[in-house]
Amino acid sequence: MLTMDFGLINSGIRLAAPLTLAAIGGLFCERSGIVNIALEGLMLAGAFAAAAATLWSGNPWFGVLMAAVTGAVVALVHGVVCIKFKGNHIVSGIAINILAMGAPPFIAGAFFGTTGSTPDVARSLGTWKIGWLGMEYSPLVYLSWLAVPFAYVLVFRTRFGLRLRAAGENPWAAEAAGVNVGKVRYIAVLLSGVFAGLGGAFLSIGYGTSFVRNMTAGRGFLALAALIFGRWTPVGAFLGCLLFGFFDAFQIRLQGVGRIPPQFVQMIPYVVTMLVLVGFVGRARPPAALGKIYDRELSSTGA
Amino acid sequence: MTKPTNIRVVLIPILGIVIGIGLGAVIVRAIGESPLETGRLLFTSAFGSAKGRSHTLFYATPLIFTGLAVAVGFRGGLFNIGAEGQLILAAFVTALAGIKLSFMPAWALVPACMLLAAAAGAAWAIIPAVLKVRFGVHEVINTIMMNFIAIGIVNYLVTGPFLAPGDQIPETALIAEAAHIPRAARLLAPFGVTLPSSVPLNASFLLAIAACCLVYVFLFRTKWGFEIRAVGLNPSAARAAGISVAKSIILAMGVSGALAAMVAINEVMGYRYRYYDGFSPGYGFLGIAVALLGRNHPFGVLCAALLFGALVQGGLTVDMLTERVSKDIVYVVQGIIIVAVASGAVLIHRRSRVKTRGVENVD
Repeated sequence: MLTMDFGLINSGIRLAAPLTLAAIGGLFCERSGIVNIALEGLMLAGAFAAAAATLWSGNPWFGVLMAAVTGAVVALVHGVVCIKFKGNHIVSGIAINILAMGAPPFIAGAFFGTTGSTPDVARSLGTWKIGWLGMEYSPLVYLSWLAVPFAYVLVFRTRFGLRLRAAGENPWAAEAAGVNVGKVRYIAVLLSGVFAGLGGAFLSIGYGTSFVRNMTAGRGFLALAALIFGRWTPVGAFLGCLLFGFFDAFQIRLQGVGRIPPQFVQMIPYVVTMLVLVGFVGRARPPAALGKIYDRELSSTGA
Repeated sequence: MTKPTNIRVVLIPILGIVIGIGLGAVIVRAIGESPLETGRLLFTSAFGSAKGRSHTLFYATPLIFTGLAVAVGFRGGLFNIGAEGQLILAAFVTALAGIKLSFMPAWALVPACMLLAAAAGAAWAIIPAVLKVRFGVHEVINTIMMNFIAIGIVNYLVTGPFLAPGDQIPETALIAEAAHIPRAARLLAPFGVTLPSSVPLNASFLLAIAACCLVYVFLFRTKWGFEIRAVGLNPSAARAAGISVAKSIILAMGVSGALAAMVAINEVMGYRYRYYDGFSPGYGFLGIAVALLGRNHPFGVLCAALLFGALVQGGLTVDMLTERVSKDIVYVVQGIIIVAVASGAVLIHRRSRVKTRGVENVD
């Protein structure tokens, strides 16, 4: 068996950070009743925006800002399709993912002349040292940690959060009680875009030095799995992301060693999520109105 | 919810395509290339020559299969996002059968491989179906998870025990010649059409057409298809009418998985003659787009798949022959089309509904 060492823990923490940001983003969205399987596409869009903006401006923080903005804009598309046009949430999410598969390499090809990746950014985000805690991580890692209490307070301790959760459990009752379900959901979707975009930014300029085609490699889905594994709560999602991050770090270590196939370790998060949904490791109940088409004009039965 | 009239059913996808192509043209203009020139290149490359047309059909073939797979699922009220994992698993199983069962003669080996592929795809799809029936878990997340699990299992097998001996890239050994499916060059030669044998279009395209017809008959002319559709439209009413919802769900997912698995025939038996890791550019997900565009009808799926196949073929040429337009424009256009169709889909049903002000139905 491999020995645990600080290197592994550090890797796990770093690998968990983009997942955490995306999962927290997904939390806002799904708690309001909008299914978000577009976290993958949102992360990819954010990763690309961060790299491109950093290349253009020379400043990685501008890249971070643009990642958040881009994530929000792309998420807005999802919001408009689901909220204004009452479209199917899953289909809209798939559309965003397909768009995000094509748009970044396309733009990179058009403006940088490459086949899908951006050139290396000269200045990546770098790391901040917290000497008295003995830690040195990218600022986006610290941000991902802050996102957890932020999400907890916003969703469970504010009036807005109450309205958000009401929209996700029973939008008809919420609307009758005076909640503007559409507005609340738009905010939730925008938040999911911002956070997922920031998660993507970490991949391209926080951890790496450029955008590479499809660089999220399924992390958006992994974040969704962590969110479900964490029962749609901030702390649960965070723990799920940490766990999955460690599995990822572990799996990387295993490559080339030979005893346990790394692919099987990589699969564990997905299997575990399925078990959690079934109820073998405790039941995970989604927000009651998650994914249901909500039309203000119709009653809950569609009449 | 009122039944949409026939013209509206086709109108939304056509509008979606127009919007997609229109915005695509705007984007091409924005990066400094000529939309008309790009469009001309795309069109002539996809339809202008026998070779181009063959490639269009070849790229359409897997999309017909996954489009049918997703469509059958949708008709049953199910979201099969797992087509990707199902087809990857089936492709690997097909390659394995083609290698291990090489002692069989062609007339037995080809159907055997096809059956094993279908069985693998169906089995992989039935697992989430059973979880839905037994535990009430929504199939969207489960099928997504199954995708990654399938990719992981197959990747391990292809890079480990079944890696082609001495090979560097993750692929299996070649399958037996007896498992090969003839290519278009050989099939069309007796008709006087000459195509280079390097053209990958093969007999599985005919299988795809046959699948469209069979799915049509299955969905609209058999009792099972009727039950699947009834469950998809209103599970409680179906149950009240005596239909076994559980059986319909499992059957629909099984058929869906088997259809997705047919991609393996095109890929492994007709083109590469081995399993090559990473061969799928997301056929499973694009199948969702194809099913949506085709309004979950076999004929619509066929048309939509042909359109996307043409886009892929044209996109490759545009990528080569223009300065700045890369083949990824195809994904962008496809994404825009889906967004447009998803937004419009509900409008078909809303338009003819009478809005009543005042007292709503008390239920």
